[in-house]
Amino acid sequence: MRFAVAVEVRGLEGIADPQGQTIERALPALGFTGASGVHVGKVVRFELEAADEPAARATAQQMCDRLLANPVIERAEVVVSPAERGE
Amino acid sequence: MSPAVGVVCFPGSNCEHDVVRALASLGASARIVWHGDDDLGDVDAVVLPGGFAHGDYLRPGAIARFSPVMGPLRRFALDGGPVLGICNGFQVLTEAGLLPGALRRNSGLRFVCTTVPCVVGSSSSVLTAATPAGTVLALPVNHGEGSFICDEATLGSLEDNGQVVLRYAHNPNGSVGDVAGIANRAGNVVGLMPHPERASSDLIGSSDGIALLESFLAAASAPVPS
Repeated sequence: MRFAVAVEVRGLEGIADPQGQTIERALPALGFTGASGVHVGKVVRFELEAADEPAARATAQQMCDRLLANPVIERAEVVVSPAERGE
Repeated sequence: MSPAVGVVCFPGSNCEHDVVRALASLGASARIVWHGDDDLGDVDAVVLPGGFAHGDYLRPGAIARFSPVMGPLRRFALDGGPVLGICNGFQVLTEAGLLPGALRRNSGLRFVCTTVPCVVGSSSSVLTAATPAGTVLALPVNHGEGSFICDEATLGSLEDNGQVVLRYAHNPNGSVGDVAGIANRAGNVVGLMPHPERASSDLIGSSDGIALLESFLAAASAPVPS
């Protein structure tokens, strides 16, 4: 089966996020008040062939451990869903 | 005999020739080693130079860490061979797990390109063996992601074991503990954000890097401790 995988990589709790802080300071200037806790991360999306959803999740998790995230500063969250059928 | 130094070139490295030239001016036989080689050749020391290996895609050093040359480099380092990572090379060494911690975006989000005073924190490394702790060196920095970070326990152990070999006198990037460079426990693997090769002549602003490079070459000339 093909699965759509989204890996969200974000900074570990407690590690300064200067990008997030800068955006948080910029929002009120545009009239958006009340936003707090702004953090910037990244998302890695791909399709993955796997036997079933647990297998896809396990493979994606290994990718995170070896490449997609640096555990010293980041944590990764894996979201797996069935891939949409192409035309 | 002049030590043979391999300077690894990744796609996106941009300081390899500067390093070769600086080391050659100090009597070394320095040559460039392509990252795709699975053999370092007959070298006495290895330098990972500055630049943007593999475009710094994903994270600086994240892809470079898997280059074929990194296998033999790891064995060379674990056997006690002198290894120096400068700037992007430091980032590669942390990603490869040969040095602890990580390098993040500068705290001010600005790329910093300036010369900063750095204080030698410890002489127990191949890079600082010839410079007593407390020596102040003017060294160029040139990076966007040079803010060293590690957890408190790691920083404590780095400090206790004399592994913080270089510290910023004026911190340009938000590094914890003002860390500019660290060594592994054995002292043979060193990473630093400043560029000693760009401080190798008064003509280009500073020659304070020479003492560091000479120390590194002296370690390369010495037999590897078994």
